[in-house]
Amino acid sequence: MSQPIIQMKNIEKHFGSVIALNGVSVDIHAGECHCLLGDNGAGKSTFIKTMSGVHKPTRGEILFEGKPLNFSRPRDAIEAGIATVYQDLAMIPLMSVSRNFFMGNEPIKKFGPFKLFDHHHANEVTMEEMERMGIHLRGPDQAVGTLSGGERQTVAIARAVHFGAKVLILDEPTSALGVRQTANVLATIDKVRKMGIAVVFITHNVRHALAVGDRFTVLNRGKTFGTATRGEVTPEELQDMMAGGKELATLEGILHGTV
Amino acid sequence: MTEATQPAVIDERVKEISSFRKALIRPELGGICGTILVFIFFFLTAADSGMFSAKGVMNWSVVSAQFAIIAVGACLLMIAGEFDLSVGSMIGFAGISIAILSVQLGLPMWFAIIATFVLCIALGGLNGWLVIKTGLPSFIVTLAFLYILRGLTIFAAISTTRKTIIGGVKDAAEGDWLAPLFGAKVFTGFFQWLADMGLIDTFTRGVKKGMPVVEGVPMLIIWAIGLIVFGHILLTRTRFGNWIFASGGDARAATYVGVPVNRVKIVMFMFTAFCATIFATCQVMEFGSAGADRGLLKEFEAIISVVIGGALLTGGYGSVIGAALGALIFGVVQQGLFFAGVESSLFRVFLGVILLMAVILNTYIRRMITGEK
Repeated sequence: MSQPIIQMKNIEKHFGSVIALNGVSVDIHAGECHCLLGDNGAGKSTFIKTMSGVHKPTRGEILFEGKPLNFSRPRDAIEAGIATVYQDLAMIPLMSVSRNFFMGNEPIKKFGPFKLFDHHHANEVTMEEMERMGIHLRGPDQAVGTLSGGERQTVAIARAVHFGAKVLILDEPTSALGVRQTANVLATIDKVRKMGIAVVFITHNVRHALAVGDRFTVLNRGKTFGTATRGEVTPEELQDMMAGGKELATLEGILHGTV
Repeated sequence: MTEATQPAVIDERVKEISSFRKALIRPELGGICGTILVFIFFFLTAADSGMFSAKGVMNWSVVSAQFAIIAVGACLLMIAGEFDLSVGSMIGFAGISIAILSVQLGLPMWFAIIATFVLCIALGGLNGWLVIKTGLPSFIVTLAFLYILRGLTIFAAISTTRKTIIGGVKDAAEGDWLAPLFGAKVFTGFFQWLADMGLIDTFTRGVKKGMPVVEGVPMLIIWAIGLIVFGHILLTRTRFGNWIFASGGDARAATYVGVPVNRVKIVMFMFTAFCATIFATCQVMEFGSAGADRGLLKEFEAIISVVIGGALLTGGYGSVIGAALGALIFGVVQQGLFFAGVESSLFRVFLGVILLMAVILNTYIRRMITGEK
């Protein structure tokens, strides 16, 4: 495989006396969907926030395209091409889809000495990009609040892709969605991966991960059990690793193996 | 999942929206309906009272323009997700500041005006900075400034002149190059021409015999129109306008995509202070005096105009045109009840009722936009 786009080496992150991450190493390659699995409190959020520039690692090294990286704010990560889509913080419901799409990156049209928001261009691009992701909007001025949860995630993904993301981090994009919407988002992830973008897909749902993932890294109590490639690992093994094995086996006994 | 290359497929679950409902989903709708209703009401009840004569029109236009000037600032700030309750105190403070600097200290009027603008905008910035730094609700921070500024204003007036009203501003402004920008009347030739044509009334007695009862349009109205146009274009047609919506809609989501939310909010606090200072300067130039108690309750009147105009108290949604219509309704009703000979205390009753109706309508409209239940 080619050189990884992001290498996280022995990342440690301490919050006071709490050790959130204790030496995690992951490589992310362009065009792959890398699933980051873990139960609540495993350190998934801390890990992606370190990757996207929100947190600075206490120890360890991040290499982006082979060069060491030091983000001081989220904007640096965005400019470098690392985009994060947060589950509930992606969109502003009262604003139109096209205003949301270009939020922070508004296209400008010169009108004499004045710089005006180019709504015409914004609307056109928004409709185009949403079509590419398979979502047919009623109109670019439709408020985001009228979209379903899955559609909102898709707008956020389309936005990140349009603005040149090389790495797309998705924070539990499917956890609050229904069956059909989940399928839509997973299909979108597949499309993005085929465009050659590295996708980091955070989830605690093994079935969602196996549906689109190329490689899988399981986090448990701030540590990783290493990375498995598609086909090398069974859903049961992933599930066990996430839960720390033993306790879940006992639970599964009680629940007759349905978890 | 359909392939991207297919032509637009109609989603059977998305209901077609009628053009009537589409028209309803505009923040200005309440303001437009209210304006029409108010004018019909006063045409029917006060048409023969002189309310719609040239003098009458100018009367309620000036009052509406006063509301509009502070409503534009309050509107943009509310859409950015914050309040400023210190607007009224800022008006009193700015007026006294101009009077002390020019009349008491004998500085040139242009300097007094510019210095006051700088000082007030800096205070607005301080308001915003405190709100951002402390993370406290702007309601509390600016409530503190409501008292601080009012107290300072009265203290400054008393300690320099032993009075709360400082006169003599008109004399001090005589021959100044900047003062007419706030105190003059424009289009006087046009009004004289109208009077000569017999289209508007003229004075029939006294020193002003033969001159029109309305000499011209006060700069106050020009400022109001200018600010409305500026605010509307800023909000709907610029990048900064999108940031204002984003900051008020969801500050965290906006920050994550790189919108400088803190800067937007602080600039909006400064703009609100700027509007209050314009109001104060025009008022001081018109009256020729400054009073430490000027601007009382103006912060609430500005907020009411904005809410009647369709903005949401929670931020992220609203319109400058709506706020301007809210100010017009406010002005027309306040002066119209006077023309109609209605007991003036009823004005507040009416105001409360119209505010309540506006908020209920706005909540309903927001539900339609976001599809909430």
